Amino acid sequence: MSGLQPYRLSKGGVIDRSKPLSFAFDGKNYGGFAGDTLASALVANGVRLVARSFKYHRPRGILTAGSEEPNALVELRTGARKEANTRMTVTELYDGLEAASQNRWPSLKRDLLAVNQLASPIFVAGFYYKTFMWPAKFWEAIYEPMIRRAAGLGDTAKLADPDHYEKAWAHCDVLIAGAGPAGIAAALAAGRAGARVILAEEDFAAGGRLLSEAEEINGKPGAEWLKKSLGELDAMDNARVMTRSAVFGVYDGGTYGVIERVNDHLPVPPAHQPRHRLIRVVAKRCIVAMGAIERPVVFANNDRPGVMMASAVRSYIGRFGAAPGKNIALFTNNNDGWKTVDAAMAAGVNISAVIDAREELPPELLARGKAGNFDVLNGQVSSVDGGHDGLSKVEVRLAGGAVARVDADCLAVSAGWNPAIGLTCNHRSKPEWREDISAFAPGICPDGMIVAGAANGDLTLAACLSGGHKAGTAAARACGHTGRNGTAAKAAKETYQHTPLWHVAGKGKAFVDQQHDVTASDVALANREGFKSVEHLKRYTTLGMATDQGKTSNVSGLAIMAEVSGRTIPETGTTMYRPPYVPVSIGAFAGHHRDEAFHAIRLTPSHHWAAEQGAVFVDTGLWKRAQWYPKPGERTWLESVNREVLTVRNGVGFCDVTTLGKIDVMGPDAGSFLDRVYINTFSKLAVGKARYGLMLREDGIVMDDGTTSRLSDDHYFMTTTTAKAGPVMQHLEYCRQVLWPELDVQVTSASEQWAQFSIAGPKTREVLRELLDPSEDISNEGFPFMGAREVKLRDGGIICRLFRISFSGELAFEISVPCAYGDAMARNLMIAGEPFGIIPYGTEALGVMRIEKGHAAGNELNGMTTAGDLGLGGMMAKKKDYIGRVMAGREEMVSPDRMVMVGIKPVNRLDKLYAGGHVIPKGAKPGAETDQGYVTSVCFSPMLGQYLGLGMVARGRERFGEIVTVCDPLRGKTYDCEICNPVFYDPEGGRQRG
Amino acid sequence: MRINCPYCGERDAAEFSYLGDASPARPDATPNDPPLDPASDEAKALRAKYHDYVYLRDNAAGFMKESWYHGGGCRAWLTVERNTVTHEIRKVEAAPGVGATVVKPAPKTAAARKARR
Amino acid sequence: MTPKYSVFSLVKNAFSGHKNWQKTWRDAKPKDHYDVVIVGGGGHGLATAYFLAKEFGITNVAVLEKGWIGSGNAGRNTTIIRSNYMLPGNTGFYELSMKLWERMEQDLNYNTMVSQRGIINLIHSDPQRDAFARRGNAMRINGIDAELLDGVQVRRMLPFLNYDNARFPIQGGLVQRRGGTARHDAVVWGYAHAASELGVDIIQNCEVTGIRRDKGRVTALETSRGTISAGKVGLAVAGNSSRVAAMAGLRLPIESHVLQAFVTEAIKPLLPNVITFGAGHFYVSQSDKGSLVFGGDIDGYNSYAQRGNLPVVEDVCEGGMAIMPMIGRIRLLRSWGGIMDMSMDGTPIIDKSPVDGLYLNAGWCYGGFKATPGSGLVFAHLIAKDEPHHEAARFRLDRFERGAMIDEKGQGAQPNLH
Repeated sequence: MSGLQPYRLSKGGVIDRSKPLSFAFDGKNYGGFAGDTLASALVANGVRLVARSFKYHRPRGILTAGSEEPNALVELRTGARKEANTRMTVTELYDGLEAASQNRWPSLKRDLLAVNQLASPIFVAGFYYKTFMWPAKFWEAIYEPMIRRAAGLGDTAKLADPDHYEKAWAHCDVLIAGAGPAGIAAALAAGRAGARVILAEEDFAAGGRLLSEAEEINGKPGAEWLKKSLGELDAMDNARVMTRSAVFGVYDGGTYGVIERVNDHLPVPPAHQPRHRLIRVVAKRCIVAMGAIERPVVFANNDRPGVMMASAVRSYIGRFGAAPGKNIALFTNNNDGWKTVDAAMAAGVNISAVIDAREELPPELLARGKAGNFDVLNGQVSSVDGGHDGLSKVEVRLAGGAVARVDADCLAVSAGWNPAIGLTCNHRSKPEWREDISAFAPGICPDGMIVAGAANGDLTLAACLSGGHKAGTAAARACGHTGRNGTAAKAAKETYQHTPLWHVAGKGKAFVDQQHDVTASDVALANREGFKSVEHLKRYTTLGMATDQGKTSNVSGLAIMAEVSGRTIPETGTTMYRPPYVPVSIGAFAGHHRDEAFHAIRLTPSHHWAAEQGAVFVDTGLWKRAQWYPKPGERTWLESVNREVLTVRNGVGFCDVTTLGKIDVMGPDAGSFLDRVYINTFSKLAVGKARYGLMLREDGIVMDDGTTSRLSDDHYFMTTTTAKAGPVMQHLEYCRQVLWPELDVQVTSASEQWAQFSIAGPKTREVLRELLDPSEDISNEGFPFMGAREVKLRDGGIICRLFRISFSGELAFEISVPCAYGDAMARNLMIAGEPFGIIPYGTEALGVMRIEKGHAAGNELNGMTTAGDLGLGGMMAKKKDYIGRVMAGREEMVSPDRMVMVGIKPVNRLDKLYAGGHVIPKGAKPGAETDQGYVTSVCFSPMLGQYLGLGMVARGRERFGEIVTVCDPLRGKTYDCEICNPVFYDPEGGRQRG
Repeated sequence: MRINCPYCGERDAAEFSYLGDASPARPDATPNDPPLDPASDEAKALRAKYHDYVYLRDNAAGFMKESWYHGGGCRAWLTVERNTVTHEIRKVEAAPGVGATVVKPAPKTAAARKARR
Repeated sequence: MTPKYSVFSLVKNAFSGHKNWQKTWRDAKPKDHYDVVIVGGGGHGLATAYFLAKEFGITNVAVLEKGWIGSGNAGRNTTIIRSNYMLPGNTGFYELSMKLWERMEQDLNYNTMVSQRGIINLIHSDPQRDAFARRGNAMRINGIDAELLDGVQVRRMLPFLNYDNARFPIQGGLVQRRGGTARHDAVVWGYAHAASELGVDIIQNCEVTGIRRDKGRVTALETSRGTISAGKVGLAVAGNSSRVAAMAGLRLPIESHVLQAFVTEAIKPLLPNVITFGAGHFYVSQSDKGSLVFGGDIDGYNSYAQRGNLPVVEDVCEGGMAIMPMIGRIRLLRSWGGIMDMSMDGTPIIDKSPVDGLYLNAGWCYGGFKATPGSGLVFAHLIAKDEPHHEAARFRLDRFERGAMIDEKGQGAQPNLH
């Protein structure tokens, strides 16, 4: 295959001709070499037409040889790995690569959608804002689907991405973005001084333009210096050169985003290796040495395949040994473009003519034409021609006004260079216009950033080398590394001389933004309609919003806008770049956080035991909790839950409540601290007692509830809800550290120290007695309701904390055992309880019993309710200050019209109740005026044999016994319900005290 | 953004959570004995004070003092001087009550409380 | 008067090479006095000016914009429109806005690409379903469309989401089919176009530097383009409300926070609707151009910087990969930050201020875009009649004093949690 590359030069380039590769483009097989990009391999194969444009489906070729490519995008790979819009200019060739052109139908060569070109007089910038308005219903039905289908470029895989991504941190003194001559010089200077250096290069090879150009450094070929320098860096312990790694964003505090494309150069990443790696680099200094981007000239048909940036022509010849044409014309306005002539001639490629747009041409250049046997024309290219998708003629408007036509199959274009300032504006500072290079150069940079080389507007090799060295030296010094920096490398003196040229007027479409098909006349139209601001221009025409982010178009567009609006370029505006500077896969930002690893999973110590019992688990925050424990023969979850509830109410059961937040509050002022945190009083709680506590936010709304026990004079043990464990801890620390530093109190999260179980039901004591040391008295007298103390377990004397508290309304204890014994505790409970018929019960049964008892939980503690709303207003102490006291007294917070918690019971005992239904007066028409509340929580109560609910209802406590309508239009249901006391079961509370 | 925690060293801001303006001081709200009539001017004044404390915070464009919590580290509440326009951080201090107790509480007798008022 | 926009005018202009189009809006120079000056040339400010002229016959109106119109949050959002609110005060207001979206293009003679493609909030747990049922029923009771789907129905509707190995499996969704997206910049230009036609002066590059008052009443604005006397002044400068209100000596219950938004490279149609993930911070739609447009949580600290940091970028992309693991290879192309007026209960303030003649339209949190037409109408009503529009009657500044917060998320006075 590799033998058949008609445009491959017989020698030269840094490709490895001993490693032939084969690949397919649009189903056709081609050959290339290791070291090729997909673009260079296609150039070598003489493939010109590689893409179609976004709007007009114009035929397009390869414009550049780098990351800035607007045209040559493909769908790369197949199946679940298919990726859209991959720039072939940065795609490393691998054996078996498969790529397809995109946005065309049925084929690239015969794209029927090119019919859009016929309508192009109408499809001007912003045409859609002026039409498609009538009839109103047609937008979603007809116009939009049509537009959506036509828009978009490539097609992406619809299957889950099979590859892995990872994220990492890296720390260094000096991060250098770009390993061209300036970046390498900077790395050498900083590294030699002892600074820790990371040199990141987007390309798969370090060297920048040195890979493409025939330049000399220190009197020898540039390639030698490159090799030696990379060797020196490689030998430094304190320097790391990372290729395939682009710095894409500057964040705060010296944090930089780097995307490493670890394995894109292989068909599939090796086992256990990521495709991409996101590296957050924390650096004291950053040197931006990302070079410059050559800019095009906007002229008629400048998008024709065969028109290529001059620097790209040199890259394909010099780096890849592939000729973009056999008869090349050059259109330039600067000295640098002339290097293309040398490169072509050295490679034996014919130069047909040079069109130089400068007013006066240096005589030595004219002489070179004579010597090289090509025409040197003083003028401007006004159009190109060559049939539908090729190039054979270049039309030149000579300085005198005459028109000449030049034969060429490739037109190399150079209008000078734009420094790659992208990263320098990431903090939204504006770049500065520099007249001498007619380009934007870095303005005020983000803290810690130094710009060097071409990115700084130093557009000669000599200046890049010295600028890089200087920057490296300065950066190392700033980080305290004052060692020797060595001497800067030297190159021949050149001058960068140019005459600004943006746009050549002519007949035919002249493209500013090739990917988005924005033409010079679109820019003029935007100006005519008042979209003069650069941002308006961008948004109205979509200039610069394509995948290349305007790297080859923004400045030209701005210059043309300046021209048509009669302003200077700086008056017209500036270009801005936001991160990411290069497109970054979403997968890289997510790393491993996807699928089941999206968030951590928290398991209680008895989780595996519960799994053995066949428990069904539910996600509660990060926790997995046993929801119910199905028994063989049970057909629905409700059967299991009913059994669990009835067993607890009539016998005994236990529930894992480890997920509750647990906080030790210790110190002489622990009591008064809690008094200020809770609405009720804890300082007077007797040692050995527990109390239900309610805490408010400072705005008077309930924050959380739980029981807190006093284990000794200066030691309280607080429990919080599962959901609020973290926020309450943070809140307590705030109160302690910020609000009341004078209090002598410490808080410590003990959530993960204790496994906690609630044992409930009339036979609880019998089970506990089997477990506890016989000396422990848990009789009603020895351990009364709301008692709390440390107890010893039987056989081994492990110390536990035992609390006589009840959420279920039954006789119940909660026992905390050290986490390591959590699993054993569950197993022992089963053994000890076996004679009494013990069962484990899950969160569903727990929920049923709390609703039967009218306890508020998460659905009622929803951040909108006051203590009074929940019927707990009486707990608010009158004689102490506490968080939320004052704000809870605001007029609307104590209004009698508020929605308060009530019980809700369907009148028809067979009606199923759902949470989320709204309460309206019986028979009323549902509407904003009749909406009086809603159902918060529901359950089927096996004790009462019907559905029960809790709800928030306006003036609800005055309305016990009233029949209301619950309307649930989402589920198409309406039923009558009775408002009642929320405590449905054992309202006297005798069972829990027994 | 990087915050230089006085206890843990410089860490990414992702380890911290944000509360906001650190300048307001919580007004004393110890109840009167007997309690104020909620409609009284004094009660209204206290509610107004609290309204400002809870709802009106500095929203400066420039440097401001803010409370950050190092929940992903040492659990210290920090006062951070940060520029809201540039995100530059120029000072980080621990809240006064971090670590050991600094001041013993005043005696909690009713007389002492009255004296404070 | 510019000619009406239509396909006919487009074709006609094509024959003259589009050389005869007029300005979309007049770029006015400031006059000495206006009856009403609106500060802020975003969607809300321009819509207010439009409704002042259209509905209330007040045409001596200027809109002052410190940069170019639409340069604030109007041009920095994720373009979602919806009216799926739960609490009294919000429900009616956002539905009013939705109804105005539905006729916007015909009202303005400008295609703002209002696309009612449907918005679905995914449900991942029982308590979440309970909360969404409450919300959906509140919507239905107020005459707003809403449907509650179970997991099977969601899978049928969005087969490409992750159902098989998700950390938080999808159990259902709340759908508002009338929700969707609109082309944000076009909304700005459309209101500018229509307001300008009615005689409103749109003044760009005019920054307000002071608010002059006399005896407790606003008299004039000092600006970078001179002093402009004003009968009434309306502030519609969300993101900067605190700074501008401070010029009149006001402190607002608002913090400014940065919200990042993201777009990817354009791809062929992938997502038909707007989707919000219920177990993480991620919402997404696909623009007509083909880019995925997505966002998540605010960065969480006060900021005026219009740019954010990596932790939130990562958090948002993690959310995306959690429900749509096929987007891993799609590339994020651009990110930006908008400054949100985060109010203390997550709900806007549209009210008179303590300064006579100075009116506030602030505190939009990250819900401002969808409110654009409704906000314009009710703010114009407030300014014209000196009393609130009935659908905005609860958006009062004193609600925090009274304890009448409208807190859909139940997070309290902690703006970065709303």
